[in-house]
Amino acid sequence: MSAPAPETPLKKTPLHSLHRELGAKMVDFGGWDMPVQYRGILEEHRAVRERVGLFDVSHMGEFEFRGKDAEACLQWLTPNDLRQLADGRCHYSAFLTEAGTFVDDLLVYRRAADSYLVVVNAGNTPKDFRWVETHRRGETSLENKSDAYALIAVQGPRSAGLLARVAESDPSDLPYYGFRDSRVLGAPALVSRTGYTGEDGFELYLAPEDAEKVFRGLLIAGRPDEIEPCGLGARDTLRLEAKMALYGNDIDETVTPWEADLGWIVKMKKGDFVGRGALERQKASGPPRKLVGFEMIDRGIARHGHPAATPAGPGLVTSGTHSPTLGKSIGLALLPAAASAVGTEFTVDIRGQHKRARVVETPFYKRKKEAVA
Amino acid sequence: MNPEDLHYTQSHEWVRIDGETGTIGITDHAQKELGEIVYLELPEVGHVYNVEEEFGTVESVKAVSELYTPVSGEVVEVNKGAVTEPGIINDDPFGDGWLIKLKLSSDEEVAKLMTADQYAQYVKSEEKAK
Repeated sequence: MSAPAPETPLKKTPLHSLHRELGAKMVDFGGWDMPVQYRGILEEHRAVRERVGLFDVSHMGEFEFRGKDAEACLQWLTPNDLRQLADGRCHYSAFLTEAGTFVDDLLVYRRAADSYLVVVNAGNTPKDFRWVETHRRGETSLENKSDAYALIAVQGPRSAGLLARVAESDPSDLPYYGFRDSRVLGAPALVSRTGYTGEDGFELYLAPEDAEKVFRGLLIAGRPDEIEPCGLGARDTLRLEAKMALYGNDIDETVTPWEADLGWIVKMKKGDFVGRGALERQKASGPPRKLVGFEMIDRGIARHGHPAATPAGPGLVTSGTHSPTLGKSIGLALLPAAASAVGTEFTVDIRGQHKRARVVETPFYKRKKEAVA
Repeated sequence: MNPEDLHYTQSHEWVRIDGETGTIGITDHAQKELGEIVYLELPEVGHVYNVEEEFGTVESVKAVSELYTPVSGEVVEVNKGAVTEPGIINDDPFGDGWLIKLKLSSDEEVAKLMTADQYAQYVKSEEKAK
């Protein structure tokens, strides 16, 4: 037997002891001790779809780019076009390898032409920072500020109403993917109309020392809305219904934006960026496989890593769950492009049993838009 | 807590012996660990199992768990209600949330299983090892 790997203690967010107090079940998520659920995934999922839920996502990483070349630097590092981004707006983008595959997916916040905040996945933070250090250009100061930010997501149709009661300035007028500096329950906060649930919602970037006060305050202020603290379990079912990719499951360093159906974050007209050459070539030849949504025809739940068999060759299930909203077994799979059309039937090997599935339109769930300004 | 009249396994199943029939389910501890159960797969009536053989799977939103027979025998009844509404395993794991009934092939196997007390101790020691 080989010696066990030295144990690295799990990292904790500023809300760790509060999660324990609230009775959360904790799991190791990318080296972080995070709540997977409090009262139950289905109830938490429903709270976000129908009312409002509160998530601790302080494990996410934050990098600050400042200086006169900050925009040019990020134009080179990411495929989306920063020239289309106004002050007080953010957009979805990525860091890509030279092969055009995902180092990570991320959000870029433009505070000013010379000041940006980039938010990356928790487990990728050290890798991303090294990658940025080796690929950056020009006169830009770069800082890993991950420990300087706690992050609380307030998600659901009643999130705007709740924040209107406790934020210094009513965030209802923020556009989707807009943000501003404000105060929430007295604490300075960057309030962003973003999220990972497919619902209207906000993310609050706070000083770590304010996180517990704000989380507790929101739980109290949200009582009339029957607010629920929500864990990573519900976060996963919510994002999957909305067909939002999860790094490490659906996208990684083997998958390109063309394959992941995320071509819209790639702006070929903007000029050069890391990975562009490879993406140009793959665009010309067509991506060999595509990330599609599917529903199970036979009973069963396909899970990440289950092999798929299609008329055009093998594929792979990248995410799968029981959809609480639809009451169906759904998932995402990377299938050969020739077998990726809606309606295509294929089989998934679920622990040795070959069960039928069908490619369907995505997202699986789309919220009604009237709530959004 | 764990009913006194049941026999328990280390893989968190229970069996209730009633003459020649053994009714099998998962424990309250098991359903709590799994969380809300959304999918259940059970065998057909007539299937014959050895002891500690996989007879089905139970899945929560997050996790999959295999089900193992505490005793050997032939499946004589399957809880179809639990297949269509697996949530009843969470609500009533020792009652309406039973899984299958076996016609026992041996009356000696039960003696090797844990009593309610022994199972409670076992769960405690398992928790500590975490």
